[in-house]
Amino acid sequence: MPSEWIARHDQTVALKGEWTLANYRHIKAALNHNETRAELGKPTDATVSLDAITRLDTAGAILIVELIGVEKAQAVADWAGELPKEQQALLVRIAEAMEAPLDVDPPSYSRISQALASVGQHMAGLCSQQRQLLAFIGLVMATLFHLVLQPRHWRPTATVAHIQQSGLNAVPIVALLTFMVGAVVAFLGATVLQDFGATIYTIDLVAFSFLREFGVLLAAILLAGRTASAFTAQIGAMKSNEEIDALQAQGLDPIELLVLPRVMAMLISLPMLAFVGMLSGLAGGAMVAHLSLDISLTQFLTTLQKDVSVMHFLVGLSKAPVFAFVIAVIGCLEGFKVSGSAQSVGEHTTSSVVQSIFMVILIDAVAALFFMEMGW
Amino acid sequence: MIASDKPTGQSNQPVIKVRGLVNRFGAHVVHENLDLTLERGEILGVVGGSGTGKSVLLRSIVGLKRPNDGTVEVLGTTLNELNETQRSQIERRFGVLFQRGALFSSLNLQENIALPLIEHAKLPREDAEHLARVKLSLVGLPPQAALQFPESLSGGMVKRAALARALALDPDILFLDEPTAGLDPIGAAAFDQLLVTLRDALGFSVFLVTHDLDTLYAACDRVAVLSQKRVLVVDIIDKVAGTDDEWIQDYFHGPRGRAAQRAHTGSSNNANVQE
Repeated sequence: MPSEWIARHDQTVALKGEWTLANYRHIKAALNHNETRAELGKPTDATVSLDAITRLDTAGAILIVELIGVEKAQAVADWAGELPKEQQALLVRIAEAMEAPLDVDPPSYSRISQALASVGQHMAGLCSQQRQLLAFIGLVMATLFHLVLQPRHWRPTATVAHIQQSGLNAVPIVALLTFMVGAVVAFLGATVLQDFGATIYTIDLVAFSFLREFGVLLAAILLAGRTASAFTAQIGAMKSNEEIDALQAQGLDPIELLVLPRVMAMLISLPMLAFVGMLSGLAGGAMVAHLSLDISLTQFLTTLQKDVSVMHFLVGLSKAPVFAFVIAVIGCLEGFKVSGSAQSVGEHTTSSVVQSIFMVILIDAVAALFFMEMGW
Repeated sequence: MIASDKPTGQSNQPVIKVRGLVNRFGAHVVHENLDLTLERGEILGVVGGSGTGKSVLLRSIVGLKRPNDGTVEVLGTTLNELNETQRSQIERRFGVLFQRGALFSSLNLQENIALPLIEHAKLPREDAEHLARVKLSLVGLPPQAALQFPESLSGGMVKRAALARALALDPDILFLDEPTAGLDPIGAAAFDQLLVTLRDALGFSVFLVTHDLDTLYAACDRVAVLSQKRVLVVDIIDKVAGTDDEWIQDYFHGPRGRAAQRAHTGSSNNANVQE
């Protein structure tokens, strides 16, 4: 079959035209064509002429080396002396590069063993993750107790900066979100309680839910998404830039310099944000009560004062430091786990958000049980 | 010569022509009226003190930074005047090796090099990966490296792999930003040699930003010195070294410069003996 790139005259296989990357697929198709195959016979035995090749690049050279074999290509000067020196050099270089077998296949296992291996890997990963978390909490605690008595090692500037970033800057979003959830809870309560003629208890519903649970829970979940991810990305970027190693090499403690200010900032910010969340949740409820339930603001506040003991507020607020500590520690730990690549930063940021939200809700559930049993 | 009969541009036209280039960052002027020419098939070494704008020059030529004034003509066209499609056509004839390799960290080496082949040359994945493996072998990496990810490689291997990626589309112009920085002397010497061999075989032109005096002596046809916001001198290295300028004298005739020169003349004498 005469083609644009290859032809056979008697004992000579003539390659011609542009053997370049742009034509790679066409040339390969022409070479694989059955008729061409049959006609070419074994090109390694026949005389090959390269005279008519007008252009040649690495892709074309690779095809030629595959066609005629490595040994023949390396000896190109002996049989194609009229080929330009550069093209000869190219063929020789490519032949050298293709001398060793290049195909390396990753080891493959059966589907079942792959599935089993992946289950095992995940379980082992989960276990080691929890162990690392506990170890890291221990490390942070130990450093904290060690430094509490040395005011010289406190980092007020960094702590305040983090309070601004993770606390102050989060006030609008926390307030808005809890306000809306407060309104929704009030509507929900009104709809259910109307049937019993007990709409007035909407006030208790909003107050109980926000003081005990929603204020702190919503603030914690928001900070888990907002701040845990920021901590992971910050520390992760430092890790991949070898800044953590630089700190350690200078005899400085990354826990003291990077983790403690963040943990302290969270311990201060989250209770405050939880308080903001409780207030604006109540405000949302009061607004709905006023606008659609004909309960005046005065009545709302009086009922609140009379029916709801301060105990509920304390119960709710007592969870905030625990959540804050867990969120900050998970965020920082995931940051330390980052390895070089950009993908790894992304993976660990996701993981820190998922883990911290999971831990917050888990702890909240356990705490709810505990407080109920205690009758608080 | 192979490169000379590639489509656009007559064979004797320079591949890069920079005229009157001005680059500013705020009030800080990096280049003022800078002229530079890269001839077809040559390896041009660009040197200069830290902060003289070598990398900025490279970035303005490949179109990553729009110059404040002046023209940059590449392969007979001015990049800034082209639309997206035409620009992409020209840009795929560049190969760029960035200072720190800039390999895509989410892809293994073989996929890193196959990516431009799949995207630009529209090769099926299987063919692209086959070509990628040959290119990796061409720059001297072992076959097993093809499946490794950039983060697990040593500095020298990253540079080699980045070179293979820069060469993926058989570029007309290769831009190298400090390719031997961070390599051990043996690895750096091997890199210089590899560059010359590949240039001879593939016929591309090379714009080489470097601090490495050994590379200048071993690989470069001409050397351009960036100083005082422009190209102070561009010529063959011996003439550049003889230029009467304080920085150039310090650079080429300081202890390291002399050592590199000695090493070079020594090795070329040996070569003469062998001949």
